[in-house]
Amino acid sequence: MNQTNDAALTAADAHHREFLVFSLGEEEYAVDILKVQEIRGYENVTRIANAPDFIKGVTNLRGVIVPIVDLRIKFHLDRVEYGGQTVVIVVNVEDRIVGIVVDGVSDVMTLSPDQIKPAPEFGVTLSSDFLSGLGSLEDRMLVLVDIDKLLTSDEMALVERVSE
Amino acid sequence: MDITDFYDTFFEEAEELLADMERYLLELDVEEPDAEQLNAIFRAAHSIKGGAGTFGFDVLQKTTHLFENLLDHARRGELALRRDIVDTFLETKDMLHDQLDAYRSGTEPDQEAFERICRTLQRLALEEIGQDLDGGPPAAGAVATPAPEPAPEAPPADPTPAGGDGCQLVVALLGVNDENRQLLVEELAQLGEVRGQSGDQARYEVTLETTASADDIEAVMCFIIEPEQIAVRARAAIGQEAPAAIADAPAEPVVAAKTTPPAKPRPVAKGAGESTSIRVAVDKVDQIINLVGELIITQSMLDQTVSELEGVTDGSLVNGMNLLQRNARDLQEAVMSIRMIPMDFVFSRFPRVVRETSGKLGKEIELVTEGESTELDKSLTERIIDPLTHLVRNSLDHGIEPPGAREAAGKPRTGRLVLSAKHQGGNILIEVIDDGAGLDRDRLLAKARENGLNVSDAMSDDEVWQLIFAPGFSTAREVTDVSGRGVGMDVVKRNIQGMGGHVQIMSTPGEGTTIRIVLPLTLAILDGMSIKVGGEMFILPLSAVLESLQPAREDLYAMAGDDVVLKVRDEYLPVVAVHEALDVPDARTELTETIAVIVQGEGRRYALLVDDLVGQQQVVVKNLETNYRKVPGVSAATILGDGSVALILDITGLHRLSRSKKEARRPVRAAHSLEALSDNPLETSS
Repeated sequence: MNQTNDAALTAADAHHREFLVFSLGEEEYAVDILKVQEIRGYENVTRIANAPDFIKGVTNLRGVIVPIVDLRIKFHLDRVEYGGQTVVIVVNVEDRIVGIVVDGVSDVMTLSPDQIKPAPEFGVTLSSDFLSGLGSLEDRMLVLVDIDKLLTSDEMALVERVSE
Repeated sequence: MDITDFYDTFFEEAEELLADMERYLLELDVEEPDAEQLNAIFRAAHSIKGGAGTFGFDVLQKTTHLFENLLDHARRGELALRRDIVDTFLETKDMLHDQLDAYRSGTEPDQEAFERICRTLQRLALEEIGQDLDGGPPAAGAVATPAPEPAPEAPPADPTPAGGDGCQLVVALLGVNDENRQLLVEELAQLGEVRGQSGDQARYEVTLETTASADDIEAVMCFIIEPEQIAVRARAAIGQEAPAAIADAPAEPVVAAKTTPPAKPRPVAKGAGESTSIRVAVDKVDQIINLVGELIITQSMLDQTVSELEGVTDGSLVNGMNLLQRNARDLQEAVMSIRMIPMDFVFSRFPRVVRETSGKLGKEIELVTEGESTELDKSLTERIIDPLTHLVRNSLDHGIEPPGAREAAGKPRTGRLVLSAKHQGGNILIEVIDDGAGLDRDRLLAKARENGLNVSDAMSDDEVWQLIFAPGFSTAREVTDVSGRGVGMDVVKRNIQGMGGHVQIMSTPGEGTTIRIVLPLTLAILDGMSIKVGGEMFILPLSAVLESLQPAREDLYAMAGDDVVLKVRDEYLPVVAVHEALDVPDARTELTETIAVIVQGEGRRYALLVDDLVGQQQVVVKNLETNYRKVPGVSAATILGDGSVALILDITGLHRLSRSKKEARRPVRAAHSLEALSDNPLETSS
């Protein structure tokens, strides 16, 4: 009996996923921790002309030029401020390195499959295509962002499509 | 360790051998072949055969075997070389290359092609030397035939003088097992008449009366056993009319066979030196270059910090910093030079191209290459090959006239095509020079009109010549195999521009055309001029900067709408303000307070308005597209001394960007700008 329990637990563990939780304004979002390369402060960003407003520019990440995207602007948040708490999550997406600006990083959460609910149809700002679900954690709700899909989407204008 | 681990080594070696082979074949003088070159070609084939045998690449082994035999006849002067024979050899070399590629990608080579080339070689052998090249796919019946009974009589006991024109050779097989021995004896029987055989497995001697030479026999038997297992010696010829035999038999006893024609100064000794290079993966080199780039940036950061320190009195710190700077620069230069490879790498393939193309076109062309040792970044040398091949073909086809026409024009029958490379400042100039008919201005213009291009007779020669790069443009009267379809020249231009270079054309009717490709030496480092606009720093490629000046009010003229031109000496240049094109906030808008940098890109000159010139520096070029995308008006980025990123401006792109921005604005602002014109601070041209 005990043994079966253990086995079930291990199997469940295998399906558990870890997420990095970050905040945009009052809302809590999360990305798969395996996509995250590092977290650093927001500084020294060189503006890129004629780019969408949510692309803040490029920065030097140890010799590599990395674009910086402000998700707060992309998600039309009211308050966009750059302060000591403002951080950049550097993610690895399809062999590319992209930095995303967020209001703060809070913690790393482990979610079991049954804690991940399918995302309902959203409004126009954030298409549910870019979400891998909603994480429910007691009284908190985490918006799980599918960072691959989001950052490589046409509307982010980060990746040049071959057809262009 | 698995044998497959050695595959790559073999492939690379074979590739080099094939390259050598091609070079020697092309250098070969068919009238008076250089024995050393023929030997080198033979050795290359032989080495590939050996490797192919070891790794079980049957098709490759069999092809090289036939080829080797033929080459062997050639190097012993039994096969009189002709141009078409050399062509066949070159074709064989290509076929070997294809086979090699097939094995490399883990597939079997094209069987049909293999059989075709075997037939070609066999036929060549039959026609030219009246001899069958054995060793193709072995005849099915051969193996089954029982070996002749080992003859009891010992060779020395066989005093029969050689009848006919052959001579006797004693072939000793060392440590060969029975099965192979049978095969070998059969092979030998095909080469001549077996007069006797005896011995055991350790040493088995076969006496053979044959016209084939010792080398021949060895070459044949290498197919089955190792060369060390064979010893061939001429049998003491008894009562033989030796002089006569030599006179009409091409094969001579071993000793005589080695005689080489009187030493003639070898025309080229290229690549003769022992190679002392090592093979390194390009990404390893790139990694070092990146790291050194980082080091340079850190060094300049330190430098900046030290210079900002108040009251530095410690001389050793300052000295140390200077030393560090010098060492870092030297290191960077040394590392960059690793990536540089001589243009010979590119030029060496052109003798072949010229030979084949001129053959097809029925023209006589002499190719001259100059400046082969000029070095260029590896990534650029690889990318220049295709455009250059196209230009060379074009010159051969359209530029140089057929021999008849040349004679009629009082020129030598043989056309001359010069490929040259040289450094000029931070650029390399690669020129394709022909002494052909030159470009025909009238025909180009007529053709342009036919194609619906907007041209006028008043266009300068330069502009007319550039028409040949227009898409779909060909003045060739007929479409040939080689060129004339009008595809390509526009691609050539685009490719070269993609490498940060441009193409110039100079042409004189009746005397020839020079097409000059101007390329930056390397894509990794750029001599830049840093400029400031608003609070932002940008880098201009120094090669594009002609001069800079502060515009005076009386030299600025407003033109239709919101365009402004600047008069510099006798020229009116369009003005592009960086802050407008790139939306830089807080930039100086009063034109006379800005600085006009006169730049040139793709033959177009204009004035770029910036706030300040900061200085000149070498910058490490970083690709923006690695993690982001192409940005209009920007060619790349770099990292400044303080660790921040600065964008490198694309001179041509910036002009385009500024125009398209103005165009986008025009409909909306048309009325407004007319009003604004009246109180425009600038003087309007009258």
